[in-house]
Amino acid sequence: MADAWTVEAHRLLKKHGIKTVGYVPDAGLTDLINACDADNDIKAVVMTTEEEGIGLSSGAWLGGEKAAVLMQSSGVGNTVNAIASIVSSCQFPLFMIVTMRGQYGESNPWQIPMGQATAPVLRSLGVRVYEVDTVEDALGAIENGLKMAFVSNAAVAVLIGQKLIGAKSFIADVAEEVSHV
Amino acid sequence: MSKPTLDRADVMKKLMAVRGDALAIAGLGSPVWDIASSDHKPENFYLWGGMGCAVSMGLGCAMAQRGRNVWVVTGDGEALMGVGSFATVAAQHPSNLAVIVLDNEHYGETGMQQAATSHGTDIAAMAKGAGIPNTMTVTDEAGVDALAAALQSGPLPMVAVVKVAATKPNLVLPSRDGVYLKNRFRQAVLGATEAMHQS
Repeated sequence: MADAWTVEAHRLLKKHGIKTVGYVPDAGLTDLINACDADNDIKAVVMTTEEEGIGLSSGAWLGGEKAAVLMQSSGVGNTVNAIASIVSSCQFPLFMIVTMRGQYGESNPWQIPMGQATAPVLRSLGVRVYEVDTVEDALGAIENGLKMAFVSNAAVAVLIGQKLIGAKSFIADVAEEVSHV
Repeated sequence: MSKPTLDRADVMKKLMAVRGDALAIAGLGSPVWDIASSDHKPENFYLWGGMGCAVSMGLGCAMAQRGRNVWVVTGDGEALMGVGSFATVAAQHPSNLAVIVLDNEHYGETGMQQAATSHGTDIAAMAKGAGIPNTMTVTDEAGVDALAAALQSGPLPMVAVVKVAATKPNLVLPSRDGVYLKNRFRQAVLGATEAMHQS
């Protein structure tokens, strides 16, 4: 069964007329990506780097459509110049859903530095950051973030915390059996 | 490898003559001046920053405006910085997107430093390898004519690399106001009401 927040998140994206969803996958986004992929009203675009999502979203707006961008927190580092130079300079709307790593119960130490930097980096770029840890807060932030992005030409990022999506065991995710050397 | 000889202003003049109602996204640097000098109009979006994003922006626009062609005109350095976007384009296969790379093998805005394209990097081959079937490299006048024909007949998506001489372009500068450029473009494409009050 799909994660509870993702079913509603998908419904909210549709309700607000999102036609394109650019993503670089994350385990925490799996159900939402699958829901968008299976939806004939949404074009799900797999990207090679999160920076493309900023171009994709801004280009869609130029053409009269709304796009959303999905990524893992580490991918925020790849978006910095595009947000500053394109989104801020032109006041493009931007709506991102970012699933967190390195924030709460992380099992891969390499994820922690960027996880800690994600919110401050986005804030330093002028992005409105909503950090959420419950289903209720996530859905409120997505609904209101979509409104602010596309009605007020704001840049909004909803950061889905590991308290909500879980700090999945990296070991259990990748292999049936594990040995250490 | 011989040095490119095509003049970028001549190339742009020929290509823009067959533009029709295509929308244009200019990658930062010389392509902005190139489009501004050859065919300045509201349906041009000029990137004054965001290096590496021209192709992804063109893709977003092309997916939103299926009924019109979208041309991305950019440079070799800009295209290389966002080269993964070719794979993203290939996966979506938009039948209305053309990417024209004016490849002078140098970083023209920063002091004409040599780019990797000076040392054999083949952007058309990279696009082909990314999965875009229709690619071409243009090195002479006949090639420019063939590209102009291909831009009209397709098939798209297409990535065309035009080898141009590393000369200083004519500096024809459009507005640097991003909000103005965005709203001007949207108004031209969507009409004033829809541009300002998107449903």
